[in-house]
Amino acid sequence: MSTPSTILPADLGVVPSSAEDSYLTHDKGFLSWIFTLDHKRIGLMYLFSVLAAFALGGFFALAVRTELFFHHGPSIMTHDQYNQAMTLHGAVMVFLVIIPGIPAALGNIIMPLQLGAKDVAFPRLNLMSYHLWILGALFFISSLLISAADTGWTFYVPYSTTTPTAVIPAAFGAFILGFSSIFTGLNFIVTIHKLRPPGMTWFRLPLFIWALYSTAVIQVLATPVIGITLLLLIVERAVGLGIFDPALGGDPVLFQHFFWFYSHPAVYIMIVPAFGVVSELIAAFSRKPIFGYKFIAMSSVAIALLGFLVWGHHMFTSGQSVLAGTIFSAITFLIAIPTAIKIFNWVATMYKGRIHLDTPMLYALAFLWVFTIGGLTGVFLSTMSVDVHLHDTYFVVAHFHYVMMGGAITAFLGGLHYWWPKFSGRMYNEGWARIGAILVFVGLNVTFFPQFVLGTRGMPRRYYNYLPEFEGLHQLSTIGAFTLGLGFVMTAVYLYKSWTSGKKAPANPWGATTLEWQCTSPPPYYNFADTPEVNRGPYDGHELLTFDKETQGYVPVK
Amino acid sequence: MISSLLASIALDDPLPKSPERTDFWMPLDASTFAADIDGLYYYLFWISVISSVLIYGAMFYFVVKYRAKSREANEVGDETSHHNTALEITWSVIPLFFCIGIFVAGFKGYVDLRTPPKNAFEIHVQGQKWKWLFTYPNGFVSSELHVPVDEDVRVIIQSVDVLHSLYIPAFRTKMDAVPGRYSDLWFHTTREGEFPIFCAEYCGTSHSDMLAKAVVHPPGGYENWLKEKEAELNNLPPVDLGAKMYSEQGCSTCHSIDGSAKIGPSWKGLWGSARSFADGSAGKADENYITESINAPTAKVVQGYAPAMPTYQGKLNDKQITGIIEYIKSLK
Repeated sequence: MSTPSTILPADLGVVPSSAEDSYLTHDKGFLSWIFTLDHKRIGLMYLFSVLAAFALGGFFALAVRTELFFHHGPSIMTHDQYNQAMTLHGAVMVFLVIIPGIPAALGNIIMPLQLGAKDVAFPRLNLMSYHLWILGALFFISSLLISAADTGWTFYVPYSTTTPTAVIPAAFGAFILGFSSIFTGLNFIVTIHKLRPPGMTWFRLPLFIWALYSTAVIQVLATPVIGITLLLLIVERAVGLGIFDPALGGDPVLFQHFFWFYSHPAVYIMIVPAFGVVSELIAAFSRKPIFGYKFIAMSSVAIALLGFLVWGHHMFTSGQSVLAGTIFSAITFLIAIPTAIKIFNWVATMYKGRIHLDTPMLYALAFLWVFTIGGLTGVFLSTMSVDVHLHDTYFVVAHFHYVMMGGAITAFLGGLHYWWPKFSGRMYNEGWARIGAILVFVGLNVTFFPQFVLGTRGMPRRYYNYLPEFEGLHQLSTIGAFTLGLGFVMTAVYLYKSWTSGKKAPANPWGATTLEWQCTSPPPYYNFADTPEVNRGPYDGHELLTFDKETQGYVPVK
Repeated sequence: MISSLLASIALDDPLPKSPERTDFWMPLDASTFAADIDGLYYYLFWISVISSVLIYGAMFYFVVKYRAKSREANEVGDETSHHNTALEITWSVIPLFFCIGIFVAGFKGYVDLRTPPKNAFEIHVQGQKWKWLFTYPNGFVSSELHVPVDEDVRVIIQSVDVLHSLYIPAFRTKMDAVPGRYSDLWFHTTREGEFPIFCAEYCGTSHSDMLAKAVVHPPGGYENWLKEKEAELNNLPPVDLGAKMYSEQGCSTCHSIDGSAKIGPSWKGLWGSARSFADGSAGKADENYITESINAPTAKVVQGYAPAMPTYQGKLNDKQITGIIEYIKSLK
């Protein structure tokens, strides 16, 4: 990184733009949105679509938690309806929300701005990725309307090839969403390689971009496998080709290998972008360069690569050989190291910083809290003998919700609040936002922590009825889920108010130093009229910014 | 809703119940694996608690100590080093050593779990939607797992339809039942009593009702139980034998005896009734029809029901099938 002395205050100011309009007002009309090639508009459409899907997935989650309030059904639904709600909750949250959440929504809007580029490398491919997302979502909804799949989001055979519900539309929806994900990943890889402006060397990239780059590599390499697997599943179901079903001469464990060959890397598609967001938040709100930049950047790459070699740790009780299990377990432990490095570096960044506890930082701290628990409980599950007891119990449910809900969604919300003023051009009500963040934090711990206890005591997952001895902890979990729901509804309300009547946002409300804050809020149509020249690391120059009371934002010192 | 809730509880088979826990986290143990697995679990638990406290402690301390006054105050972080290779290596290597140790302990435990001793006492179990059927060395079939205390027991697992997973929390072990292949698990019992058995791999509608009981007998108790069961079966009137089969062989999961619809048709009023099938044909519920429905359930599927029933070919002998027929006759 360059030394601060070579940077001038003007290097952190708003880059002048000849465009008169912001991207929001540049064109008008419905068609100007659905056929736009602008990465910010595509990102914004992704964002609102993902949030709508999040509401749908959340609705199913609350339905599931409500049913589980009493140990014996039916409270609000039957066995089969419960299984469908549980499946839809998982499938919608994984395929429609978390996978595209940070990269395709926030990443699309912010990544080219942070990079100093006018757009992504292939704007048409970007639009197609969004259109495929919509198509995939329609297939999911059609499955919901015909006879919702009840296989769990994992589609395990031979159950998925024999159940009478509409598995084919759901699997085909996931197949299409895979292409949407591949296109985004491909686009990001090329953009980051080819569209860096002069001076933007690899080690001057913001960590969010490093994280998106690692994610994109996984998206491009792993997603084709799930595509082919789901296609084989569809063919087996439709015409009885015997790949997976032993009744037709197939092997059900083969399906699990194929499925997790994608779906384990996919959990890194979900969490690595969250690491990127949290790195940005902690640097910006500690007003200090990130500690251990290269270690954080390289640990994302290490996690992305190692993530391909651990899929068998989902299968310690499947009948897979002891040798295979041992290798998968050993590599899984290796992933704990880069993950721990990240947490230590984030905490070290706060040392001698000047910490502002605005809403995005509250989410970053919430992330550190829950992700530490999510990560450490992952070590329990990689320990083979302990996993045999905990596998397929609520301990696993709690672990992945701490990582996915507590990690990915918390970081997504942090990023949403951090960049909201940038892309909407409006501020939100900080007081309400802080209350919302606290409700979400409390809600998710009350929901998921009791599930660790349930799982350790032997409560299996995906249960509609359960033994009366587990009722108290389930009720606590349900209360937590509604707290969480309340937090999200509140967030939706104040963000809506902000969008319609919020205060105008300054270009740089947080005093952050990455390039997106050198565009006006909202950014001009072409981001940077003249390609910016980069002469500094992404987190250098905090001391060259001063708070301007009039605009409530940071400007370069005079 | 509450009254229907209570009614449905009253109708069902009594649920297995875990014995009182002596520990906040783990269920009461009843096999030799528990010492190793619980020990490792608690080791991980305390490492996690200590690591979390250190991380959270540093986090909160920094937030309080380095809290910025206000935006107007224009503070920036102090000039500190932005990287420190020695520190990075230290906090990578220390967790790595812990990880290696935990991995080795987990590996040893796993090899133990997956290596049944020779001469272990063997019981076969078959998973099917949605019941476990345990077959004892003398051919006796039960929906409960009965084993002697202080004995090595190997359970050989099969599935007739989809994936299931035999999970006995008190023994700290589980194994998937995979159609088309055998799998197994073993344990050495250490404590007498009754412990719940679950299906841990999602298998459809009544996955959560696929429960069973593991009964660990005191010395001599297991042999007596098996003899008693055999004698009972040989001397029961057919209709009582049928009633027994109904509750022990998994029939009750899908067929009611009060006329209410479950996964399959109710047995009440079934005898002699006219049946219309999914393929458009029709028939009458007589001895031959019931025998066929038990041995080849998908041959004639009653209209409005899914072909969900597994075959009982070879699992029920003629006497037992006759018993079921007589039992159905009695349910007018």
